[in-house]
Amino acid sequence: MLLLVQYTLIFASVLILVALGGCFSEHSGVINIGLEGIMVMGALGGALMMKFAPAGLPAIGMIVLVVLAAILLGMLYSLLLAVAAINFKADQTLVGTAMNLLATAAATVFVKAMNTAADSGNVSATIQYIEQKKAFLVNIGGFEFNWFMLLALIALVCSWVTLYKTRFGLRLMACGEHPQAADSVGINVYKMRYAGVLISGMLGGLGGIVYITAGVSEWKFEYGVAGFGFLALAVMIFGQWKPTRIALAALLFGLFRALGNVYTGFDFLKALNLPSAVYNMLPYIVSLIVLAFTSQKSRAPKAEGVPYDKGLR
Amino acid sequence: MKQKTSLLRNKGVQSLLASLLCILVGLLVGYIVLLIINPAGAGEAIQTIVKNFFYYPSAAARLRYFGNTLVKTAPLLMCSLSVLFAYKVGLFNIGAAGQYVVGAGASLYFALGLQMPWFVCLIASIVAGALLGAISGALKAYRNVNEVISCIMLNWISLYLVNSLLSNVKETASPYTLTLSSTNPGAILPSAGLGELFSNNQYVTIAIPLTVIVAILIWVLLEKTKLGYELKATGFNKFAAQYCGMKEKRNIILTMVIAGGLAGMGAGVFFLTGFEQWQCTQSSVPAMGFNGIAAAFLGGLNPIGAIFSSYFIQHITNGGAYVDKTMYSAQISDLISSLIIYLCGFVLFFKTTLTAWLDRRAERRMAEDRKGGEK
Repeated sequence: MLLLVQYTLIFASVLILVALGGCFSEHSGVINIGLEGIMVMGALGGALMMKFAPAGLPAIGMIVLVVLAAILLGMLYSLLLAVAAINFKADQTLVGTAMNLLATAAATVFVKAMNTAADSGNVSATIQYIEQKKAFLVNIGGFEFNWFMLLALIALVCSWVTLYKTRFGLRLMACGEHPQAADSVGINVYKMRYAGVLISGMLGGLGGIVYITAGVSEWKFEYGVAGFGFLALAVMIFGQWKPTRIALAALLFGLFRALGNVYTGFDFLKALNLPSAVYNMLPYIVSLIVLAFTSQKSRAPKAEGVPYDKGLR
Repeated sequence: MKQKTSLLRNKGVQSLLASLLCILVGLLVGYIVLLIINPAGAGEAIQTIVKNFFYYPSAAARLRYFGNTLVKTAPLLMCSLSVLFAYKVGLFNIGAAGQYVVGAGASLYFALGLQMPWFVCLIASIVAGALLGAISGALKAYRNVNEVISCIMLNWISLYLVNSLLSNVKETASPYTLTLSSTNPGAILPSAGLGELFSNNQYVTIAIPLTVIVAILIWVLLEKTKLGYELKATGFNKFAAQYCGMKEKRNIILTMVIAGGLAGMGAGVFFLTGFEQWQCTQSSVPAMGFNGIAAAFLGGLNPIGAIFSSYFIQHITNGGAYVDKTMYSAQISDLISSLIIYLCGFVLFFKTTLTAWLDRRAERRMAEDRKGGEK
């Protein structure tokens, strides 16, 4: 049972971080389908930092460095979307999809090249971080507390305050609702959209590293992040683009995802004798059903996905 | 006075130019990545990728591997048709990947489990893909679910479903499905003598001409029929379409059904050649559907253009398999094709800039002419 709580919390942390990322981007008016790719890049940054961090580093130093690496790579990668969508008015869905494919391919090529350079017999795209991962974990009576859970909570509070209580957040949301009106009162829509996309890169990258350290201690980069970025988008829609509701939705989805990892520990679930594929499918099926019931009254930002054209007033 | 229009203003020429530019920049960036990884073999590696089957010295082997590239082009073309057809109607069918997966599941299960002849298996693959498409379409039409998200969810669901379904017909010692030739040769698509043209490559079947015919049919459907016109109108503005008396909900679902059927058929025409077996432990959705997006946009969203772009994407993907594995990985071709998709996002910008530049040039010339006249 404790294990289920632990997994639920860690997967919910991932979903909260990434869904909040999507929330910032969409509130500024840019659809970020590329979150999946941003997660891969963040994961790559964090994993590389873990691999190459000096051995005697104290836990706190390791955490800071890994988080910074993931954030930095995530933000850099999100620039691809920002430039294409904001300056060049590209189709945001298309660019996001390309970013997802590109991230997995680039990470695989890069990690493989790195592994083969270190050992010519090694052609895998795997990075291991068994020892390094321990820096993030604190054991409290059988419950593995992960510092990332706290980080997700902080991100949640910060996001809520930023979006609703600061001038910046309110302006950001104005750009997603009615950019022409925002522009007319002197808000720079392009700058705000850049900010939104970069924040989503930051949170998405962070979510990526949390995801690959949740439960496993090595990662095969051929797999990307197995649709988790899209699951986060579903969480965001279910959460109606509001941070608090996103957190609740993330907990629900996290629970279903966690069941897939730990269902063998429950006698009544084991007794049902369902194939493991059912549990693997569960989060996706649940999100489909949930979306079917929540998309009707969508509170999506009005101008999302529409490139801002100064000439249209 | 006769108005001379520049060749560059032609929409088709613009699309072609934009696609060629995307390919060039994509290959260039790929080359730079190779240079960064290992400068010594980069030149050779990028040549290998572009050469693909020309890698083989003997003409017979070349022809044979050219055949193999074509065998894999057929499903890619179907997936790209699926993506572009939906896109023309304003839907982004990222679910081509999942529809391809259920198509594979249905065709292989009908062939191996139910021992059906090839045309039944092929129809099964089309129906399976169409059904999956119908789910996304219905969710979009009736429940306003974003088709991108629902398609992604269905991609994963169908992967796990097909893995468990095909586990019933897999080889006992390996995670792969039984071979068609040993279990049910009647399910293999007929070659109709085409294989002999490619140094007796038995995998070259009627699938290849069949997919080209489908591409042409899709072009006819989109450009020359009332249904195509209605579908495009719905994609352009669904409220206007509704106002004109078109059944916009039916049109959205129908689009996804056709798109899904196309992607499903893609899997059928590939797996029923026996070229590859399905791996039942597969843990990621096959890239074919996603490459279909690349091919669709690279082909300028034109069914005929898609024939050529699909071939090109498959050509470099196959070429990637030949690069020196001690230095680079085969995924370098995935990198290049995903870069090409990214660059396709800039096509609109390229076209408007080109047109604006032509306008400015024409204006300047006109001004000069006028000045000349005054003299």
